Amino acid sequence: MDKTDESKSTTARLTGAEILWATLEGEGIREVFGYPGGAILPAYDALRKFPIRHILVRHEQGAAHMADGYARASGKVGVAIATSGPGATNLVTGIATAMMDSIPMLCITGQVSSKALGSDAFQEVDITGITLPITKHNYVVTRAEDVAPAIREALRVAVSGRPGPVLVDITKDAQQGAASFDFAAAAPAPYRPHPMLRSESESILKSAELIRAAKRPVILAGHGVIQSNAREQVLALAERLQIPIATTLLGLGGMPATHPLQLGMMGMHGEAWVNHAIQQSDLLIACGMRFDDRVTGTLTTYAPNAKKIHIEIDPAEINKNVKVDVALIGDLAEMLEVLLPHLAPISGESAWPREVNAMKGECAVRDIQNLPDTGHLYAAHVMHDLWHATGGKAIVATDVGQHQMWEAQYYKHEEPRSLITSGGLGTMGFALPSGIGAKVACPEKEVWVIAGDGGFQMTACELSTIAQENIDINIAIVNNGYLGMVRQWQEFFYDKNYESSPILSPDFVKLAEAHGIPGATVRTRAEGVAAVKAARERKGPFLINFLVEKEDSVYPMIPAGSALHEMIRRPGNNPLIETAQDV
Amino acid sequence: MLHTFVALVEDKPGVLTRVASLFRRLNVNIVSLTVGRSEKPGVSRMTIVSDASPTAGHRIMASLYKLENILQVDNVGLASCVVRELALIKVAATPKTRSHIFELAEVFRARIVDLAPESLMIEITGVESKIEGLIQVLNESEDRILEVSRTGRMVMRRGQHTSRVLDAMRAPTTEAEELPEEEIAEEEADLPQ
Repeated sequence: MDKTDESKSTTARLTGAEILWATLEGEGIREVFGYPGGAILPAYDALRKFPIRHILVRHEQGAAHMADGYARASGKVGVAIATSGPGATNLVTGIATAMMDSIPMLCITGQVSSKALGSDAFQEVDITGITLPITKHNYVVTRAEDVAPAIREALRVAVSGRPGPVLVDITKDAQQGAASFDFAAAAPAPYRPHPMLRSESESILKSAELIRAAKRPVILAGHGVIQSNAREQVLALAERLQIPIATTLLGLGGMPATHPLQLGMMGMHGEAWVNHAIQQSDLLIACGMRFDDRVTGTLTTYAPNAKKIHIEIDPAEINKNVKVDVALIGDLAEMLEVLLPHLAPISGESAWPREVNAMKGECAVRDIQNLPDTGHLYAAHVMHDLWHATGGKAIVATDVGQHQMWEAQYYKHEEPRSLITSGGLGTMGFALPSGIGAKVACPEKEVWVIAGDGGFQMTACELSTIAQENIDINIAIVNNGYLGMVRQWQEFFYDKNYESSPILSPDFVKLAEAHGIPGATVRTRAEGVAAVKAARERKGPFLINFLVEKEDSVYPMIPAGSALHEMIRRPGNNPLIETAQDV
Repeated sequence: MLHTFVALVEDKPGVLTRVASLFRRLNVNIVSLTVGRSEKPGVSRMTIVSDASPTAGHRIMASLYKLENILQVDNVGLASCVVRELALIKVAATPKTRSHIFELAEVFRARIVDLAPESLMIEITGVESKIEGLIQVLNESEDRILEVSRTGRMVMRRGQHTSRVLDAMRAPTTEAEELPEEEIAEEEADLPQ
């Protein structure tokens, strides 16, 4: 190397461990969630030299869910770090959760020294082999000089195209070894878009033609609306042609819930009028969604008279479940930008949104707060009152099961990235850690964790993380003494054989107190409203244990194998009666 | 039906696992898979034959492209290509029974590449049906086949219709899938009558 080259060079000699943090710092990462252990100790040893906050979790699954919640709330990549062996395998559920919901996440795992690879060394596990089908890509790094390029490429892979989790497994000797570090020189190759992305003008014109010709169109707004920041474009499409919008679970918040054209959630526990609108539709415009079995019901009877336009970034999703007439394969916002100029606004009021509104009947205004107080506390009350208190503006992290569906039905999300929930994998134990991650990502936002009594116990250890890191979130446990959704299925489909679904819980308030976190147990609606108020006014974490009606079920419900319009409706003698008639 | 993909992949450890794992995940059986170096340094070429529903081709190809190490995929379908497979077949044969095997090899344009006191080895290239034809005839003439080693199908498009040219022309890749199956047979001029 001659003198001039040397003076230009910005390289410094660092250990692999230092390179890891320096690269993360260079990429703008300021928070990571992790748990130390033998094979990752060199990295932890170097951590204090870098301006990166490490949140110590209580179980690596929590680290993965926190990184996931961080990414969902902020749109930035969440980073989880764990040691080799059990540390790495404990991440697996969290990685699969992120994969199913297309969440950009970087997992860093320690690994035994490269010389010991394959020798069944202490805490050695083939984590890249294990996570191969549940990551977008993964790397094994065995040399210090490969750390920076691998991390930078991993971050690019995580966010590009359809986002997803990436894992980088770094051997102990790669962390300990030294190499020259040049952040710029470690830049990954430019992103290569999927070669099957298609937006031929022919498809655009055909889409525009279908949309203009449609009499009963429905927009299906999915997670892609949020991931692609396409709210404005989807709203423009809806408003220009008076097209009602149905939303998937992960799409909630993508559209403002109180928009007049927003119908609500579709699918297995979607509102009746939403599913009826889809079944009667003559054109479905699927925006960033993948026709999951939970939103279609039986495929053979799904929207039988509707043409389908699918706007989707992943070519592998086209015609996977539902055969579509036109596919626009690419970024949703970009596709709509190209499509919108071909669509002139319609004048006057369209009859179709009025018809859909008529289907709502009294359901649409079932103001449950106006129903007579029978002394029973229903989960619906809890969700509604939380929504009311927070003005629909809080970030809500939910677990999986009945409370998740009630939250989706009764908490009206106005803002994108305000609902953090595991849709695809349906991971119980997700709410508490992902809520912590969301709060770390958005410290200025109000964050509520809503979990059932079952799911909360799966990751309740993270209460200690809240205490140690002073995470200011509020926790609402919807406690009915059952694994509620399991009990509901047993009630409907297994002759009320409540096998293994009643669940004993600790006194959650005492549990919180043991962690120095105050809380309250609530038995009535009035107590609930007061507790929510107290939690919101108080600085620091707070836990509310809502003792709700034990054997309530989520309605409507499409039994597995049924058509979208064949819903089980709430029985008429219930105080939360649904009054809309099946059409 | 059989789908044939030609994939150019990075020549790195673990890439074969990623490709194989994808087919497993899609619950699609791999009929044959050959890998070797391509004309470009650092790039391997795979020919993957899989048995899946007629509509599965698009999804398999789209999913292959989602693998980071995949550079290019060509769903050759039933387009005009040269298809070849190589097989080594060891047959039990004594000096007395050798001669009719020589004759068979002649008809199939196969070669005898090894001769031992009690066996001989035949090398044959061609489409699957030709190789299966030889194996069938050997079996029917009561020659004892001791070992068979087959490479699986290798495919290359004819003439200028390389996947790269098609890609540059932005020709729809699904067109090829609609060609009738007989075309493959017609392509094979050196099939014994």
